[in-house]
Amino acid sequence: MKLKHILALIAFGAFFIPNSLTAQDDMLDMLGEEEPQPVYATAGFKTTRIINGHSFEMNAHGVMDFKISHRFGTLNSGALNAFGLDNALMRIGFDYGVTKWLNVGVGRSGGAIKYYDGFAKVKFLRQQTGVKNIPISALFVSDFAIDANPKNNVEQQPYYFSHRLLYTNQLIIGRKFSDGFSLQIMPTHVHRNFVQTKAEANDVLLMGVAGRIKLNKRVAINAEYYYALPGQLDAQYKNSLSIGFDIETGGHVFQLHLTNSTGMVEPAFLTETRGSWLDGDIHFGFNVSRVFTVYRPKR
Amino acid sequence: MKTTIISALALFLAFGASAQDKYFTRDGYIKFYSSTPIEDIEAENHKVTAILDEATGKLEFSALIKSFEFEKALMEEHFNENYMESNTFPKSTFKGEIVGFDASKASDKPMDVTVKGTLEMHGVSKEITEKGTVTKKDGKYILKSKMMVNPEDYKIEIPNTVREKIAKELEVTIDVTLAIFKK
Repeated sequence: MKLKHILALIAFGAFFIPNSLTAQDDMLDMLGEEEPQPVYATAGFKTTRIINGHSFEMNAHGVMDFKISHRFGTLNSGALNAFGLDNALMRIGFDYGVTKWLNVGVGRSGGAIKYYDGFAKVKFLRQQTGVKNIPISALFVSDFAIDANPKNNVEQQPYYFSHRLLYTNQLIIGRKFSDGFSLQIMPTHVHRNFVQTKAEANDVLLMGVAGRIKLNKRVAINAEYYYALPGQLDAQYKNSLSIGFDIETGGHVFQLHLTNSTGMVEPAFLTETRGSWLDGDIHFGFNVSRVFTVYRPKR
Repeated sequence: MKTTIISALALFLAFGASAQDKYFTRDGYIKFYSSTPIEDIEAENHKVTAILDEATGKLEFSALIKSFEFEKALMEEHFNENYMESNTFPKSTFKGEIVGFDASKASDKPMDVTVKGTLEMHGVSKEITEKGTVTKKDGKYILKSKMMVNPEDYKIEIPNTVREKIAKELEVTIDVTLAIFKK
């Protein structure tokens, strides 16, 4: 009799257990947890530059980024000069994503102040969750510039090619805190092979800070400030401060900004910013970034 | 007594094995394709999860938005950041059934079926009815479908500046092969 009860229970159970599974609302839950995937923080900034300096974003592997930048004269230069629009410095540059962690680029600045420049940018830590938890991105940017201005402008004679070389090394540590807010700090070292006066240091240390607040999906406000540690630069040079908008339209990013710097290569805006915000020496400027996929990596 | 045991066992086997099987995959395929005179955009996801209950025809899909791969890295970034907002809405799911599904009719010849259910995408749920085919081959179910999806139905905003580059309706291709699910 007892055995019969047990058998009846088994039969009953056999009837019910599978049915209880079909009754479950979500069959996907039966499959259990999916394997965790790394989730990378993306698009902390809309492009690879904040305004003048580098952001913690990189061009993807195989992507060529063509950048055209202009910095106009000061807003306080009067109506005669169209508040600075008559007087422009410009830079044309190409950046390329060699791998997802290495970018290289070259550029030429023209107008009243001329430079050639080139850089390598390595992202050695990528902000992510999922498998690993890394709260920040960290990058190293090494940049060199060649002063391409005529040599009769300088008193130093003989003036060798090596006098024209300027080097910048920078660490970028940043985090995309949320979809709307990103922040980074940039300890920076500039070495200048040649300086105009003995009072100026060949090696300059700076600390930079930059951030972004997104206004909507396609428009953001960026700001960037570099503080040069005291006693290294001639008194006429100021710290670089820039504020601007990023406007994204598909393949282009337009950056419109106000800045007290005219240089678009690191040593120029880091160590030779002449304008003072308080005196109204503010320049309007823009960067246009257009990306092209020139190589499609296999996945 | 013996007959009781045998009948109990028979009952157990009958319910435990044949009638209640579920079939699933974790590497199903979904592609979407947008075609305009200016630009064709295509994205593929090879990590789609799907599960089918043979007994009832209940069918469920789940796809991670970030697993869609584009030809151009920037398109993928914009897809996630600006259109699908995948940080807020990481997954798209479908929960429904194959209408009047009869497992015994499935064969190695594609059988036309109608699928009905709720598609959730970008935080918006919508009832849909779509056509597809079911094939049973080597103990696996192959489900295929081609459907049109209008992004605006799912509150995916497309600004005027890129409106002419993205088709009004996207063609979505689904191709999954489901193997038997063992607990």
